[in-house]
Amino acid sequence: MKSSDKMILMQGNEAVARGAIDAGVDFFGGYPITPSTEIAEILSAELPKIGGKFIQMEDEIAGISSIIGASLAGAKAMTATSGPGFSLMMEGIGFAKITETPCVVVNVMRGGPSTGLPTKPSQSDIMQSRWGNHGDAPAIVLYPDSVKEIYELTIRAVNLSEKYRTCVVLLLDEVLGHMREAVVLPDLEKVKIVNRIKPTVPPEWYKHYQDKPKYIHPMASYGEGYRFHVTGLAHDACGFPTNRADEVKIMMDRLRKKITHHLKDLIQVENFQMEDAKTAIFAAGITARAAKTAVEKLRKSGKKIGLIRPLTIWPFPDEAIKEYFKDVNTIIVPELSQGQMLGEIQRVMGGIWNINTSKTKRIIPIQKCNGELITPDDIVNKVKEVR
Amino acid sequence: MSKIKQKHIHNKYLRQKKKFPHVWCPGCSNGIVMGAIMRAVGELEWRRTNTTMVSGIGCSSRMPVYVDFNTLHSLHGRAIAYATGIKMYKPKMDVMVVTGDGDATAIGGNHFIHAARRNINLTVILINNNIYGMTGGQYSPTTPTGDKATTTPYGNLDPTFDICELAMGAGATFVARTSAYHAVETQSFIKQGLEHKGFALIEVISACPVIYGKLNKKGDASKMMRQMKENIIPVKSFEALTENERENKLKRGIFRKEIKPEYTAVYDKLIDSLKPEDGEK
Repeated sequence: MKSSDKMILMQGNEAVARGAIDAGVDFFGGYPITPSTEIAEILSAELPKIGGKFIQMEDEIAGISSIIGASLAGAKAMTATSGPGFSLMMEGIGFAKITETPCVVVNVMRGGPSTGLPTKPSQSDIMQSRWGNHGDAPAIVLYPDSVKEIYELTIRAVNLSEKYRTCVVLLLDEVLGHMREAVVLPDLEKVKIVNRIKPTVPPEWYKHYQDKPKYIHPMASYGEGYRFHVTGLAHDACGFPTNRADEVKIMMDRLRKKITHHLKDLIQVENFQMEDAKTAIFAAGITARAAKTAVEKLRKSGKKIGLIRPLTIWPFPDEAIKEYFKDVNTIIVPELSQGQMLGEIQRVMGGIWNINTSKTKRIIPIQKCNGELITPDDIVNKVKEVR
Repeated sequence: MSKIKQKHIHNKYLRQKKKFPHVWCPGCSNGIVMGAIMRAVGELEWRRTNTTMVSGIGCSSRMPVYVDFNTLHSLHGRAIAYATGIKMYKPKMDVMVVTGDGDATAIGGNHFIHAARRNINLTVILINNNIYGMTGGQYSPTTPTGDKATTTPYGNLDPTFDICELAMGAGATFVARTSAYHAVETQSFIKQGLEHKGFALIEVISACPVIYGKLNKKGDASKMMRQMKENIIPVKSFEALTENERENKLKRGIFRKEIKPEYTAVYDKLIDSLKPEDGEK
């Protein structure tokens, strides 16, 4: 579909579906769950039109399993879910990471734990998106704040999964998934699409896992003449199981280094009015939009305040935070959880920063987890209250 | 099949230099079934590049690493779901699943029944050893009631699954059972299952002398083989028996073979029907 210069009204979940198709996604396997269901509904209609495949599986475990299978057969594959389904997918996400199989999981976050608040917003899956699967493996997690950015980051999520051969998670706030906004989508010709690198060596030389160059390595698909083995067991370069310490170390180091060697490529942070700021807000997703309005209001009354918003929430933007926050004396962390991002800010800023207490170098949390949003006034009032 | 031809098939389909010796215990039936699979694929002259073997977790699920196809050793219970993704995306690829009784009917029961319901063209070779072997002998959904396992110290209280009945109830279009003792029949059933267009289940009763056999005093591998020979009998012989005589007996044979719309073919028809007609944009 061409979308040049036309402004259209679009829902966040619809933007995921559109972004997925424009990124080349041609396989979706999933299971219905509020508030992500529209993504599956739209793709069930659109994918067969372009020769792609949609399948509603029997549960979320089957959903993540089917997309990993399809990806091994050459698909650009995606699933979408919410909290309970995200929990069920964790073993599969770990499998995609250890087998270095590209795929994208969209988690439209709702209130938890358990069934929680299916139709209310929450930002409490941030830690699960990083640490949910058992075992050590870094995560790439993107976090948009508008319908247009959902479209862009969906494409980016697919691109990154193909480039780095891993499972990439896209976090959406429930309200963003369901919100409709006027958006202008870019011309498709201008959208950058990344496809996994294909091997060029003869099949008998092919190794499914390699360390060079820079841990970005080619990937064959089933049926292309490269017969290879894939296992969730620790494996050697050919993919065969091993428990030799030296070989396991190579695998584990690669899983980590392919992320840590590419932080510049992976991390995106928006800075808003931070130039002379003495007070800084760190917020993501829908809460960052409230924070932006709060910054504008407070600026009008002369407050030197700015906002840092991560578009990549994992890997966490440690260096950007240290740089932007080096001259501020107060950091406000509003979030729809009981302090998941707060803990990260404390970790990055170090021990001299304290919550609430000191006058300089203090961190002020604003937290809501009752299904309501943090409003601009919540932030404005807090800033005025603490001076 | 001549010995020379068999050797040729083994040379062709095994990852001989890379992955042997295998992990299976002495007397295990998994090797017999693996041989039957390779010979069936050899008879069909399937191309290795177009053949994919998917498994879950367990003793039988270690098989893919030894064969030179596209191979996937997936998660416990999930083999059929992974295979569904592969088959759905590349319907022209020949996809088989090797799984066990615990893998397919306990943790993976949901995927098993729904793949059967869809009638997706997967060939599921289920090696039923009546026990969780890999974890050391816990009871599975097919451990006979009263039998010993490490988690049934007082005898198994659970009733058991009849896996073939389960598959037929769920809608599988090819369902067969045999035993590892009946190796030629195993090969024949697997070959027919591979050729079948739709969901095919071949249940192969196998001997686990080292764990199940030992726990239940079934004797060594040869004795367990003899028991399979005597107790797993053709459908006709089974039906001629009285209710009392049927105790400890199991029927073998092809229980169902029918043609119904296959899932990926149905989906491809949908794709064709959605293609814009000439001139239409």
